Amino acid sequence: MAAVQETIDQVRLIDVDQYRYGFETLIESELAPKGLSEDIVRYISAKKNEPEWMLEWRLEAYRRWLTMEEPTWARVDYPKIDFQDLHYYSAPKKKSIASLDEIDPEILKTYEKLGIPLREVAMLEGVEPQPGDVDPNRRKIAVDAVFDSVSVATTFQAELKKAGVIFMPISEAIREHPELVKQYLGTVVPTSDNFYATLNSAVFSDGSFVYIPPGVKCPMELSTYFRINERNTGQFERTLIIADKGAYVSYLEGCTAPQRDENQLHAAVVELVTLDDAEIKYSTVQNWYPGNSEGKGGIYNFVTKRGDCRGNNSKISWTQVETGSAITWKYPSCILRGDNSRGEFYSIAISNGYQQVDSGTKMIHLGNNTTSRIISKGIAAGKSQNTYRGLVTAHRKAKNARNFTACDSLLIGDQCGAHTVPYIEAKNSSALFEHEATTSKISEDVLFYCVQRGLSQEEAVGLVVNGFVKDVLQQLPMEFAVEAQKLISISLEGSVG
Amino acid sequence: MNVALAKTTTGATLDGTFAAARGRLPGTGPVVETRQRAFDQFAVTGLPTRRVEEWKYTDLRRLLGDVAPLAGAPDQAALAEARKAVAALKDGDTQKLVLVDGVFAADLSSFSAGNGVTVHALSAVLADDTSAVRADLLLSTVNDPMLALNAAFATDGVIISVADGIDCATPLQIVHVTTKPNTAAFTRSLIRIGSKAKVTLVETFVATEAAKAYQVHDTTVMWVGDDADLQHVRVMEDAHDAASIASAIVTVGARAKFNTFSLTTGGGVSRYQSFITLAGENSELSTNSVHLLRGQQHGDCTFVIDHAKPGCLSRETFRAVLDDRAHSVFQGKISVHQIAQQTDGKMMSRALLLSDDAEIDNKPELEIFADDVQCGHGATVGALDDSLLFYLRARGLPEKEAESLLIQAFVGEALESIVNDDLRDVAIGAAERWLGTRV
Repeated sequence: MAAVQETIDQVRLIDVDQYRYGFETLIESELAPKGLSEDIVRYISAKKNEPEWMLEWRLEAYRRWLTMEEPTWARVDYPKIDFQDLHYYSAPKKKSIASLDEIDPEILKTYEKLGIPLREVAMLEGVEPQPGDVDPNRRKIAVDAVFDSVSVATTFQAELKKAGVIFMPISEAIREHPELVKQYLGTVVPTSDNFYATLNSAVFSDGSFVYIPPGVKCPMELSTYFRINERNTGQFERTLIIADKGAYVSYLEGCTAPQRDENQLHAAVVELVTLDDAEIKYSTVQNWYPGNSEGKGGIYNFVTKRGDCRGNNSKISWTQVETGSAITWKYPSCILRGDNSRGEFYSIAISNGYQQVDSGTKMIHLGNNTTSRIISKGIAAGKSQNTYRGLVTAHRKAKNARNFTACDSLLIGDQCGAHTVPYIEAKNSSALFEHEATTSKISEDVLFYCVQRGLSQEEAVGLVVNGFVKDVLQQLPMEFAVEAQKLISISLEGSVG
Repeated sequence: MNVALAKTTTGATLDGTFAAARGRLPGTGPVVETRQRAFDQFAVTGLPTRRVEEWKYTDLRRLLGDVAPLAGAPDQAALAEARKAVAALKDGDTQKLVLVDGVFAADLSSFSAGNGVTVHALSAVLADDTSAVRADLLLSTVNDPMLALNAAFATDGVIISVADGIDCATPLQIVHVTTKPNTAAFTRSLIRIGSKAKVTLVETFVATEAAKAYQVHDTTVMWVGDDADLQHVRVMEDAHDAASIASAIVTVGARAKFNTFSLTTGGGVSRYQSFITLAGENSELSTNSVHLLRGQQHGDCTFVIDHAKPGCLSRETFRAVLDDRAHSVFQGKISVHQIAQQTDGKMMSRALLLSDDAEIDNKPELEIFADDVQCGHGATVGALDDSLLFYLRARGLPEKEAESLLIQAFVGEALESIVNDDLRDVAIGAAERWLGTRV
């Protein structure tokens, strides 16, 4: 079945030519010289006033990176990247900032244009959300805004501090909480992990650091907003989130970049750690500039995201809405190490124009009674290629591992491609894995229930799957909610496995 | 690039094996050149390791170690043993074409020529200097190291041609018999089914008692003509210390039907890889594969289905029952070309793990470039359902019997796909033999 008109229209709304965030902010920046060498690594480390151990960590990663080769297994095609033709550090020119008022007004304007209020004034004046208040702008979200290579502002720090939550740029955390950073940095994504993660380890300049102490439910949503502004730069941010025993945090991430003819590299690393009974919910709306309708320009988004359910009964949930980037190469994964731990991955990936998406997840079951769930929807339009690539594996000693996977793809037009490459490995008999890509097979019982009450099969399937995904997407904050809502209303009609 | 490829010890010994065997391989001139090119192609990677994506789960360098020396032509004693093995087959009424240690044995075959079906030995055609196409017999459209190795070493096989419109009532059967230990046989057969023809083809792999730790490398190239119907049944019951690396390359014409069934209970290391191209409109394909493995057996079932034309239907079923430390691999790929609209492709892989140490690796892959298609795949992995077992045991069935019943039901769907009654019984018999020897 072909896609229905309604769906086609909705996808067109987020077409590449309609990119709303393509403006450029003219501010003075401080740029590192082009190219990558030990000196550049030292330069970045020095810029950040880093302690000696951090520099050593970076240099070790850099030396290892020199021995590594770019991965070629993904279904993406792009000209070879000249890693010496990039600036690895770019910062808005400004001395140390004491308060928001001292931030370059141009930058503040940029974030305002993006719909991200960095000013907490209104909130601080006691405009608390009222019960029944539907205006999503009234919700409290702490934002860490990263502009090119540096974090320019982190809001609500004082209020978070009261709860014991640490939320700050990672560059500050390295100086202020070295013991925590040392204990966790690189333990989920080791410096030797893969080509781009290793590069990131060597040159990362900023990103967010979050630590939620035992038993604390983070009082507000945390959010980071990434913006690439400078020409010919690569952005390498690093995020580290630790939820200590019994803690909970919901974290959101958004990204945009100016419209440019050349490609820009974004190679981030995100590490999540949950200890006993802790939970992290990580949501992404990725809307990097996807290039124009002829496929010129756009961001290369080569990202390594991984969560480690280190404690028992812990949970990590990834939600991603991927609409941007010329090339997306990312696999948010869960290592289910603790007993009874749970991993979730919900993804909507939309590609259009000449975009190439190769995304998916890995669920690695190591502990006993671990469960995971993967729901992935890929929508390809224009001349794009959209690939789901996923791994579900149960270790030999992981008793009673459970997985449910559903990945559907939809093609709009006959110039695009949708591909599914799942790997399912069961190394013991107590593993129970279900993988399905046929919409009519999603929980026959529930479908039967709906059909019995007068819904058509199609409506029933739509209700079941959309209802499920909606649950998660509705938790996204205001600036993402509208976009996400648009996406979930996309009909399932005409999906293919 | 002038960088010399670093050869592993395996590669180096194989070089020697190829040099030694070259003189014995049938064919001159262009055939020799084609063999050398194929060998060079193989030598680029050598035996595939897990780093070769298509062989990710079947690392032959680890599992096989090396390619055994080429088996010599069978002597009288070997032929006598092989004759006994063929006589012991209970495959009903078939026309048998027997290959012993990689050599076509006309005396052991029970094929009556005529009626629009012709058969030649591959070695005879390769050696026929007047044949213009002889070297083409070793070419293949698929780039795979083990296919290349097969082309380099192929000693013999059968070339079957069925004329247009012929309805072959009696199934054709290719029987592979191995009689020698520690050797490798390389066979290659080509089967062309004319348009509107109807054929049932059986492939059987057996060994005599003396054969231990042998290797079977087989390739079957098939063309199914327009409106033709090919029913294909493959039963592999090789010894548990043997290796079997087999490939099929199938091209299916318009409105044709191709129904293939394969059962693997034998072989220590086995891989059956099938590359099927639906090259005509509105053809129908059904593949059904069953792995019944135990001990340390490693079985790999790989299907690559190429929907090159519109309106074709494909159905893939895979069932694995794994005991002890057995390891099964299923890789299914459905590829839909841009013009192949109205494609209907489904693939279902299910594995039953009877032991904690068994392992199943599934890779059901979709590659779709057309928008008006219905494609889907499903995969499940699990143990026997305790509540079903309890139900049966509550009704007085002993545990093993209850398990057997559930296993039979589990693989039943695939076995039922065999249209020919006799052949279905053969496959069911092989499955029952496996169940019967379960401890």
